[in-house]
Amino acid sequence: MKVSVRKQPPWLQALLILPGVAALVVTFVFPLLWLARTSLEPTTGHTLSLHAYVRLFEDSFYWWVIGRTIVIGLLCVVITVPMAFPVALFLARSQSRWRGTLTALAIAPLLTSTVIRTYGWMVILGRHGLINTTLLWAHILAQPTRLDNGPFATVVALVEILLPYGIISILSHLSRLDAELEQAASLLGASRLQVFWRILLPLSVPGLMTASLLVFVLAISSLVTPQLMGGGRVFVLATEIFNQTTIALDWSFAGALSITLLGFFGIFVALYQRIIQRVESQS
Amino acid sequence: MKHDRTVRIAWHLLIGLIYLFLLAPLIIVLIVSFDTRPYLSFPPASFSLMSYARVLHNPLFLQAGKTSLVIGGCSAGLSLVVGTSAAFALVRGHFPGRQNLQWFFLSPMLMPHIVLAVGLMMTLQPLGLLDTLTGLILAHISITLPYTTRIVSSGIAQLDQTLEEAARIHGASPWQSFRRVILPALRPHLITGFLIAFLFSFDEAVIALFIAGHRAVTLPLAIYQYIQFRTDPQVASLSVLVVLLSLVPIIIIERLINLRRAVGG
Repeated sequence: MKVSVRKQPPWLQALLILPGVAALVVTFVFPLLWLARTSLEPTTGHTLSLHAYVRLFEDSFYWWVIGRTIVIGLLCVVITVPMAFPVALFLARSQSRWRGTLTALAIAPLLTSTVIRTYGWMVILGRHGLINTTLLWAHILAQPTRLDNGPFATVVALVEILLPYGIISILSHLSRLDAELEQAASLLGASRLQVFWRILLPLSVPGLMTASLLVFVLAISSLVTPQLMGGGRVFVLATEIFNQTTIALDWSFAGALSITLLGFFGIFVALYQRIIQRVESQS
Repeated sequence: MKHDRTVRIAWHLLIGLIYLFLLAPLIIVLIVSFDTRPYLSFPPASFSLMSYARVLHNPLFLQAGKTSLVIGGCSAGLSLVVGTSAAFALVRGHFPGRQNLQWFFLSPMLMPHIVLAVGLMMTLQPLGLLDTLTGLILAHISITLPYTTRIVSSGIAQLDQTLEEAARIHGASPWQSFRRVILPALRPHLITGFLIAFLFSFDEAVIALFIAGHRAVTLPLAIYQYIQFRTDPQVASLSVLVVLLSLVPIIIIERLINLRRAVGG
């Protein structure tokens, strides 16, 4: 006898899904539409205007800020992804009984506060911090230097904060790969290095790409770290958005900056999808 | 082979160094939290629990802790109920546009928090919800709903259908089979969904920075405001306490369905 337990009547389906849809419309869709609408707010009159965008793109300072944002994002990618790759490889292929614990240890920081981890970097890089104390003690430095604010500190802290995201996206790709190919290659006499260059690395490309995209988009939209570690000298889109909303109180302009950031987001996601399609059609 | 061993040691050393880098800020904060000097420096001059005592007597931090727990609990609870309900329709329903709706429910995950924060600020302001608990709870529902929906969905997809069929054949009503069979089987996923949502709300700072900060202050916000001007060990002790508080849900999640799967790897 077969009893259908799968079938839900239409009214029940609607009842089940509606609260969720309503919640997302109120807390997600509407705020984004309202943001777009605010960015088009006119200075005078009632018709919508693009003046906030005109001001943004006519001002060379904002071009510089956009460039700066992208450079910091790319720097984070080229440092984070090569660091995440070995850890992901290790976790994917390890036979150790500590593997589960080590995996959790690599991911758990993702669920601890960014503010706290940034604070940790302020302690490490600060005037009386770990690095300065060590360098003074070793007589490499005669006086403490300021490492804790500026682009360098921002990138270091961001790399650490984004590392778990890199590890997790490469790891989930690697665990779908077959280890047999590597075993076959080493049985046939390939050295470890050859196995890595000829087999592991090419097969990992899609995972490395996903990690790069994730790290990049998270880096260009991060606010807390550049704000706390930039020392007022790191100008990125996110800090500008924050300043415009809280200090300058120009919401229309803040809206335009946010939509611009979202635009770059969209461009990079689209680029990623085109490249990944090409990579996958080749293999 | 000797060469092989050297390579192995170098490899493990590299992995160890990356782990050290990853955990360095948390380790350093832990060490500094035992210091007693009023300014921040490393290594600590002495070891004591004085700054922990100070934190527990600081009304500002205690209030922020309460606020964070309330917001985390409420937004995770609401997000779990709404997300579980939606997950049943998204996994088991048959209606046009189901796949698109699945995407829709995950879409807030892809949205940069800062953009969402500005939009939420502009929406909550005319409603008078800026700097209120309600505003923060609403805001945190948008970022946690994708996670609760996805975690519970994967639980529903793994359910053993024969159990339900057996219950129905033996005369259980749909409601009974839901209460007695489906809900108990989903328990690990429901708990994980709640805890992940709680953690995301508990650690969230960007949205809170835009929509709160004077009357409604969450823990990450309190720490942020504090370290902008001072960096004494008190804030390190507070940070350690916050991390310890996050560690409990993290360990439960790891035990229940494994951390990696819970955050989507």
